[in-house]
Amino acid sequence: MIEVKGVEKSFDDVGGRRQVLFGINATFYDGKTNLIIGQSGSGKTVLVKNIVGLFRPDVGQILYDGRDITMMDRKQLKELRKEIGMLFQGSALFDSETVLGNVMFPLMMFSSMSQDEQRERAQFCIDRVNLTGSENKYPSELSGGMQKRAAIARAISLNPKYLFCDEPNSGLDPTTSIVIDELLSDITHEFGITTIINTHDMNSVMGIGENIVFINKGHVGWIGNKDEIYNQDNDDLNNFVYATDLFRDVRRYRLVHGYQKSKQQTADS
Amino acid sequence: MILNKSLDSFGNYCMFMWRSIGVPEKWKVFFRRYMDEMAKLGIDSIPLILIVSLFIGSLCTILIKLNINNPLLPRYTVGLTTREIILLEFSSSILCLILSGKIGSNIASEIGTMRVTEQIDAIDIMGINSANFLVMPKVLGLITIMPFLVTICMATSLFGGYLICVLTSIVDPKTYIFGIQTMFIEWYVWFALIKSLFFAFIISSISSYYGYTVQGGSIEVGKASTNAVVMSNIMILVVDVILTKLMLQ
Repeated sequence: MIEVKGVEKSFDDVGGRRQVLFGINATFYDGKTNLIIGQSGSGKTVLVKNIVGLFRPDVGQILYDGRDITMMDRKQLKELRKEIGMLFQGSALFDSETVLGNVMFPLMMFSSMSQDEQRERAQFCIDRVNLTGSENKYPSELSGGMQKRAAIARAISLNPKYLFCDEPNSGLDPTTSIVIDELLSDITHEFGITTIINTHDMNSVMGIGENIVFINKGHVGWIGNKDEIYNQDNDDLNNFVYATDLFRDVRRYRLVHGYQKSKQQTADS
Repeated sequence: MILNKSLDSFGNYCMFMWRSIGVPEKWKVFFRRYMDEMAKLGIDSIPLILIVSLFIGSLCTILIKLNINNPLLPRYTVGLTTREIILLEFSSSILCLILSGKIGSNIASEIGTMRVTEQIDAIDIMGINSANFLVMPKVLGLITIMPFLVTICMATSLFGGYLICVLTSIVDPKTYIFGIQTMFIEWYVWFALIKSLFFAFIISSISSYYGYTVQGGSIEVGKASTNAVVMSNIMILVVDVILTKLMLQ
């Protein structure tokens, strides 16, 4: 479990300091797909980078199962990072390595496995993300979806306790996005990982959002899950969620459907 | 303003190099990368060095012959002067200026592309010191291989001079050989080799710094490559003056 308590972050800007995060409080649970959603520029990427330790918050605590990352020295941070896997927006696969080389890289750096054991573990991860047969391909030879899957395989190769995904569906078609979402959700449940996904893809929110934190202008705007998101009355969240005609229609249908259902139930009683 | 910016950049460069120095995460991986970098930065540059050195050696011989047509000067002066130019300046300083264009832009664009495509962030997230992981093998690899490149350059340049003597007979080849052996000072060879170590460090570290600190996209990577080469060249010339003053006077 990861707890974020009162995190604030600001940066130097042309006109002085610009505050991006204002007293963020949120909890991300084990074995659940935790989503951080919000508009572009709302501060969700800054929040994720604070949680991961790429930025240090100005104020507040970030607790990894009780261990405060903001108080860790370089050595402790290094140890913690061995428990973290991360999927980047652009996959961030090493161009000079094959898929197998990329997945074996963390094992080579941190495990005490023999070469054969490393290869076996890497092959397991590659099979798990359905990339069997692409082991010897270079990232430039893979499609966007395959690159994401290879990056997921690399991220889970060391059996991480925490998995972070930054915009995992960016640049992917809807069908491939669903495949990636389901893969992340399955892996989260299968290995009991604390997964945090930073996204503004509403298909992901509605599909796999078990714990959703909505960030609005640097504040926590709403916390809930995919079922609760339809029935909330937060205007900012509604503007974000129902920004497209499709989702407005879905909501209208649900409201009407729900209204007719409750009317029927009242009549029956 | 410019002074402030320069001092700021120099401070950031020092901090970056401080981060780069350290015990590698895994010696086996480091050694593999070190060997790869020596091959990529050094061995792959040998064809360029051979071509450039051969022609520069020939040119030196022709130009010196043209400019010292004085009956008071002995004929072997052509070989002697060619040797001194090559040992003292061309084989180390000029060669490194040429190599900074090839190697420097290669390093800056490679690391810069890794930065903008988040590959460096991925290394950091894994708990690896990315500066150390990426930069150390390049710096040590180039420092190790550079003296060999300089030695190849010396030999090829002198051979280029000999070749032009044989092909055009502007100087008798035997006189040329006598010239390059006359009044030979061994220290000049060591001087060139020692200088090349400094230049190798300058090229690899400055280019790595510019690549590592890129922010933005492909245009910024291109700018970083150019800046890396320009700054490496300036620093090579500055350090060349200082070392020459310290080591030869």
